[in-house]
Amino acid sequence: MAAPAEKQNTTEARIAALDLPKGGWSDAARTEALTRLRVMGLPERRDEYWKFTRPDALTSVDVPTAAVLGTKEAPVFSEMDALRIVFNDGVFDAEASDDLAMAHVQISRLADSSSDIHWAAGLYGQLEANGQAPVARPLATLNTAFATDGVLIQVVGQAPKPISLVYNHLNKASEAILHHVIKLDPGAKLTVLEAGPAAARLNKVMEIDVADGAAFHHVRAQGRDHERCAATHIFARLGQESVFKSFTLTANGRLTRNECVIELTGDDAIAHVAGACVGDGDFHHDDTVFVTHDALRCESRQVFKKVLRNGAIGVFQGKILVKAGAQKTDGYQISQSLLLDDDSQFLAKPELEIYADDVVCSHGSTSGAIDEEALFYLRSRGVPAPTATNLLTLAFLAEAVEEIEDENLRAALVDQLEGWLERHRS
Amino acid sequence: MLNIKDLHVKLEEEDKQILKGVNLEVKAGKVHAIMGPNGSGKSTLSYVLSGRDGYEVTGGSAHLGEDDLLEMEPEERAAAGLFLAFQYPVEIPGVGNMTFLRTSVNAQRKARGEEEMSAADFLKEVRARAKDLKIDADMLKRPVNVGFSGGEKKRNEILQMAMLQPKMCILDETDSGLDVDAMKLVSEGVNALRDAGRGFLVITHYQRLLDHIKPDVVHIMADGRIVKTGGPELALEVENNGYADILSEVA
Repeated sequence: MAAPAEKQNTTEARIAALDLPKGGWSDAARTEALTRLRVMGLPERRDEYWKFTRPDALTSVDVPTAAVLGTKEAPVFSEMDALRIVFNDGVFDAEASDDLAMAHVQISRLADSSSDIHWAAGLYGQLEANGQAPVARPLATLNTAFATDGVLIQVVGQAPKPISLVYNHLNKASEAILHHVIKLDPGAKLTVLEAGPAAARLNKVMEIDVADGAAFHHVRAQGRDHERCAATHIFARLGQESVFKSFTLTANGRLTRNECVIELTGDDAIAHVAGACVGDGDFHHDDTVFVTHDALRCESRQVFKKVLRNGAIGVFQGKILVKAGAQKTDGYQISQSLLLDDDSQFLAKPELEIYADDVVCSHGSTSGAIDEEALFYLRSRGVPAPTATNLLTLAFLAEAVEEIEDENLRAALVDQLEGWLERHRS
Repeated sequence: MLNIKDLHVKLEEEDKQILKGVNLEVKAGKVHAIMGPNGSGKSTLSYVLSGRDGYEVTGGSAHLGEDDLLEMEPEERAAAGLFLAFQYPVEIPGVGNMTFLRTSVNAQRKARGEEEMSAADFLKEVRARAKDLKIDADMLKRPVNVGFSGGEKKRNEILQMAMLQPKMCILDETDSGLDVDAMKLVSEGVNALRDAGRGFLVITHYQRLLDHIKPDVVHIMADGRIVKTGGPELALEVENNGYADILSEVA
């Protein structure tokens, strides 16, 4: 079905303002994506999954400008022993990046179209295309067509250290369209870290194919810039007995839409996706998660916590789809908000759709304020009210942060959260 | 040390007077007990002194030394040396007991302009104090009071008291929910803190706690007032005859 006229106009205007990168192995996928995009059209407020989040700033021709946060502090994860790959406003920075070589791992750049990367040609835009049903994700399709850079990572064994993607935002009117493809062969293991705001406006897709027995860990922090807009998508396909764990920390940002589309296709696979966000004022943060169980005895877990104040808005749309035959599925979903005042809002839409009869699926969603009893207890022991509030706020976020397995990574993110709370004391 | 004069308190939300003129002075080094039937205002007195929301002081005063308690925030009262052992200690999921203790100790020190306790000193101190109260390493690591038994919660209150070294300790029905062994342990913890410079106000329904924590003065509270004051023998009288005799005698 063709999109309505207004939607078509927005979409065509946006397409007209972009250049389709030319040449090499990705051409076919890009052209095909462009065709799909024209049919579905860019998102608008009337679309079912955009009811709570206005997509305008993400679809407009002009990039909404975003002030660059001038901070001297070392970015998160900079202490970690990792292979660093740096992008400035979405452009690869060879000088600042490490040599793209590591045992058991092959890393290429999407922008380097000269080589014929067979494995990537079969995946690029493929998981994204699979993730379009039953809910369209047009911004990801736009990304497949127009992505200008990104990394293609193939992992054949256990990666000796994490790959750390660093996204600097330098220009207040910059736009970055990044597309990463990560393929883990059977039994392979990799941790990917991401940090930074990337650009005034970011559109990012990460496609991850996790083969049988492989394990992928992902921890990201989306920078601290206040005005930046971002739409990110993760598309993951999981093989038998594979593991996928992803955690996202979002502090600040005028608009963030993080979509995560996971398909459990092999028996006994495990997928955990979690996030913590803290917003003060002009902050709209949307987590949209879609987990499909299509195999036996798989486990999925969604844990999302949002701390909101001064009119900040949090959105959670999380779905667990259990297909017929996906028996012994264990699905869990929790989304919670801590509203630090009466002006903030949390909008949640948890969904379960189950076609198998022998499954355990649970979901919950809550909104609450700081527990007055606990606050008084802390104060009665001499802890000043703002410190006590921060302590209780961190405690609220702890359940999500604990989803990060690695102790050092967890500590690094707790530091970030403490810093944020300290700067935003009541 | 603690000086309460003609204290009148009503509930903030409804027009209900709870305290109707309480007069009480606890001197340093003394243990006072307050006994009284349910609804007499004992717990309200402890909450008002520690600064809990929901109460409105309509008259009178309460001072700790020179400090006007009623003008201070709860954390300022704590830093000034007031401590309330809660009848129902609060569970705080996500906050480790150790973090809680250390944050409290150092917040009070900071408020008093003292140097913060080093991590090493703190650890040494908390381990020694915990051992006396038979609080194991696991209880120190767990979130504050989460999954603690009634007895463990009360022991944890006394541990906080021991770490914070307050001048004036109020124990609100610390004996409720305790078996005989736990009561002994808690009482030993309290007795170890008895000191010439420290005052205690022990609120209880029953005389049995006062077998372990021997009071210098016993007050009987009824209908928002202290209606009778005496020595330890007054608690025994309550134990033997109930409140009815005393109340009819003062009515």
